[in-house]
Amino acid sequence: MTVEHVEIRPGAYADSVALLQVSRDVAATPGVAAAQVAMATDLNLEVLAGMGFTLPPASLNDMVVALRLDDEAALPAALAAVDAALAAARKGSTSGDTTVAAPRTTGSALRRAGGGLALVSVPGASALVEAMDALDAGSDVMVFSDNVPVEQELAMKQIARSRGLLVMGPDCGTAVVGGVGLGFANTTEPGRVGIVAASGTGCQQVLALLDRAGVGVSAALGVGGRDLSTAIGGISTMTALDRLDADPSIEQVIVVSKPPAPEVAAAVEEYAAGLGTPVRFALLGGDQPDITTQVEGLLADLGVAVPEWPTWGTPATATGGSALRGLFVGGTLCDEAMLLAAQSLGPVRSNIPLSPELALGSDLTADGHLMIDFGDDGLTRGRAHPMIDPTLRLDHLAKVAQDPETAVILLDVVLGHGAQADPAADLAPAIAAARGVREVPVVVACVGTSADPQGLERQAEALAAAGAEVHLSNAAATRRAVALVSGGTL
Amino acid sequence: MNQPANATIPNQAPAAVAAVGADMFAAAVEAQAVPVERVDWKPPMEGTVDDLATVAADPLRRDANALAVSRMLDVQAMLVGVAPASELLGLEKGQFLHAGPPIEWARTAGPLRGALMGAAAFEGLVEDPEDAVALFESGTEVTLEPCHHRSAVGPMAGVVSPSMWMFVLEDPATGRRTYCSLNEGLGKVLRYGAYSAEVLERLRWMRDSLGPLLAEAVEAAGPIDATAILGQMLQMGDEAHNRNRAGTLMLLRDLAPHLVRSSRPAEDVAQALAFVGGNDHFFLNVAMPACKLALDAGRDIEGSTMVVAMARNGTDFGIQVSGTGDQWFTGPAQLADGLFLGDYGPEDANPDIGDSAITETAGIGGFAMAAAPAIVRFVGGTVPDALATSRRMREITIGENNRWPIPVLDFAGAATGIDVSAVCRTGILPQINTGMAGRVAGVGQVGAGLVTPPASIFPAALAALAERTRSRGAGA
Repeated sequence: MTVEHVEIRPGAYADSVALLQVSRDVAATPGVAAAQVAMATDLNLEVLAGMGFTLPPASLNDMVVALRLDDEAALPAALAAVDAALAAARKGSTSGDTTVAAPRTTGSALRRAGGGLALVSVPGASALVEAMDALDAGSDVMVFSDNVPVEQELAMKQIARSRGLLVMGPDCGTAVVGGVGLGFANTTEPGRVGIVAASGTGCQQVLALLDRAGVGVSAALGVGGRDLSTAIGGISTMTALDRLDADPSIEQVIVVSKPPAPEVAAAVEEYAAGLGTPVRFALLGGDQPDITTQVEGLLADLGVAVPEWPTWGTPATATGGSALRGLFVGGTLCDEAMLLAAQSLGPVRSNIPLSPELALGSDLTADGHLMIDFGDDGLTRGRAHPMIDPTLRLDHLAKVAQDPETAVILLDVVLGHGAQADPAADLAPAIAAARGVREVPVVVACVGTSADPQGLERQAEALAAAGAEVHLSNAAATRRAVALVSGGTL
Repeated sequence: MNQPANATIPNQAPAAVAAVGADMFAAAVEAQAVPVERVDWKPPMEGTVDDLATVAADPLRRDANALAVSRMLDVQAMLVGVAPASELLGLEKGQFLHAGPPIEWARTAGPLRGALMGAAAFEGLVEDPEDAVALFESGTEVTLEPCHHRSAVGPMAGVVSPSMWMFVLEDPATGRRTYCSLNEGLGKVLRYGAYSAEVLERLRWMRDSLGPLLAEAVEAAGPIDATAILGQMLQMGDEAHNRNRAGTLMLLRDLAPHLVRSSRPAEDVAQALAFVGGNDHFFLNVAMPACKLALDAGRDIEGSTMVVAMARNGTDFGIQVSGTGDQWFTGPAQLADGLFLGDYGPEDANPDIGDSAITETAGIGGFAMAAAPAIVRFVGGTVPDALATSRRMREITIGENNRWPIPVLDFAGAATGIDVSAVCRTGILPQINTGMAGRVAGVGQVGAGLVTPPASIFPAALAALAERTRSRGAGA
């Protein structure tokens, strides 16, 4: 007879990634059937309720420890495991002097470091306050946090622009500065291209393709997915362009973005035309070329031959069903796939729909074509990004595999610093299980470089071995998936 | 375009990264051989998230705070005179000043009550202090007003009546002045709420002998630089709130020749020298108005989140903030945690009282605990606690005061300029060193220890700052 133990720890705090690890460590303790240690955000409370736990009232700043135990006797060991895992997750002072505590604010940390760049990944509601510390210290800041209100984004960017400073983000997943990857970033050689990216995974796709073509990147400055919206007006894009233009090592700049506001795109293009360095715009949209095509154009600008983009695994074959189901961790990759698929398949339902009537309900299911971005704000409030915590996507993979309507499953895997240490370790068995049902074709875009910590080839081969058809180019992967839905092969 | 000092150079790795939030990103940067300073981030105080964002995005805030701190640090507090409150403040018979935010008689705590009763007898309004209760209850012939409202500060009960003599501190650059009564010593004293015959006798002696003597000596000595003495005190083991031994002796050193040359009889001079020299807290009443003089210079700057006063009346703890004018934000005064004299215990202590937290507001006292290892045991702490406390206070202050270096912290300046928003962000409350007065009127001092303000007053002040920001149409 299993027993349930739920306790609220008011005022305890740890970040969502640390708690993910804590939950895993505790779940592995003998006698523990299930364990979830999480901050009491709405989303986490839903997840806990979904796991069958009965929850007392809790506020946002409380930590919830929820355990399902084989029997009452397992409780002391389980609680000890919780405390040990929490203690392990807590980073103490790096100094041996017990009278020096770690800095408590970004401003204090910058004072101690004597300046530098700030990297902010606190919950979105608190991101502006930390980012302003950086701007007040005369430092640039990368804001990884999502769920930052747009008026706060505008405020921090206006202040930054007035002081000649750069705000990368909010919701900036990727940047490379002087060869240092920030957030989710791929390892590439330094070189003559500069990237401005209003899209993290779009930037990673460009990095991966350029690396394959043997072209190095001097810097990739993220600006956040909303920078080219009407509300923000491309403020950080212009600052980032200024920075890259001032760098003599950069011969060519490429701007990559999710679908921008047309008038902002026009204004930024006009601004870029006034710079000394040529700028190419890879802006996603209805009739715009996909990112791979734009990178091919960039290579032509540089006089570099376009290589054949690699694939791994056996070409998939159609086995029935009528619907394309895309499960993404990268928002831009999801956008790009929807734009390409919609051209031949018609409407695609999504949690980040191309038009409002295509929006999915909260259960994230629909008949027909469907693409989900698991990295969207709505699914990451109070929990880690799916490039770190794959749980939600793996659940949905099993669901869509069982749906006879599913003709093809399209996935992305994004490698680099910050991402899961070995995504294929979770995903390959899940793909094999999905194909175990009825050999449903699985096409994967695996975005990364050979020098990434996970290793592009190792990951792609593991996924291929599980039965997936793997591409480096998301556009190529999407075209293959579309062809399989249409019943044929390309 | 001219780039700021820490601006990102695209082809150069950042010199350091300050990382706040998920540790994995910090670890990923560290793995690329870039030094990382990790922030120990915790969610802010309950209910402050939106107001914090509004105030953070206020375009006035950064410069307003920089101005508030620089104005404060620019002040040179010079002791220029000693004179009766009636002359200096225009205080008339029946008018009383007290420590802390405004309060009416009905809500006064024992020590303030006792001090007012004693002061009424001292002014001759009643024969017996006990008779003063009716006088204050009726409220017709007496008025109560915070010291702070008259450019003054009062330790503990802080009661000032017209006949009491006061130190005058002046900022030569602006001519602004602040005031504080003369320190009566420890134990059974008016400021701790005692009002026995010996207390009143001492007050009369201070009025008739000590005050005039000091006035003559200060006049003859010329302005005495209190700000500089404070800096030296921190080098000599004082934190200038609970320990003022070095400061007292330095003041005495400056005044002694002039006391000896005064027109008063040698016996009076000897008494004065013995009294001041035997009273380790004598300089506190110079330190306090020196701090107030500096903090007042930082007042009334729109958009500034700097605290300019912390004060308690034994019932309420109140703060004032530069960007919100004269508004008080108050909450219940807390009981100090510390050590007790004789047989006294926690049940005998009154909640926190006095304007002396002006020293912490200015960056000394509890903020400079590391400078005063000799008192950390007296206030219930250890030397490592003192070092940690002084460092922790840097997390909630805007700047540091290079005129007040702390030797043991490698001569780092005292943490200065409490930032309301930093308090709300970190949940770190200002650390105050304090004396404890007896709960019952007439008892006097019962101990000393450590105390913090009630947490609620900082979110309240932040909300008012945010409201002003929004009404200016600024901020997110």
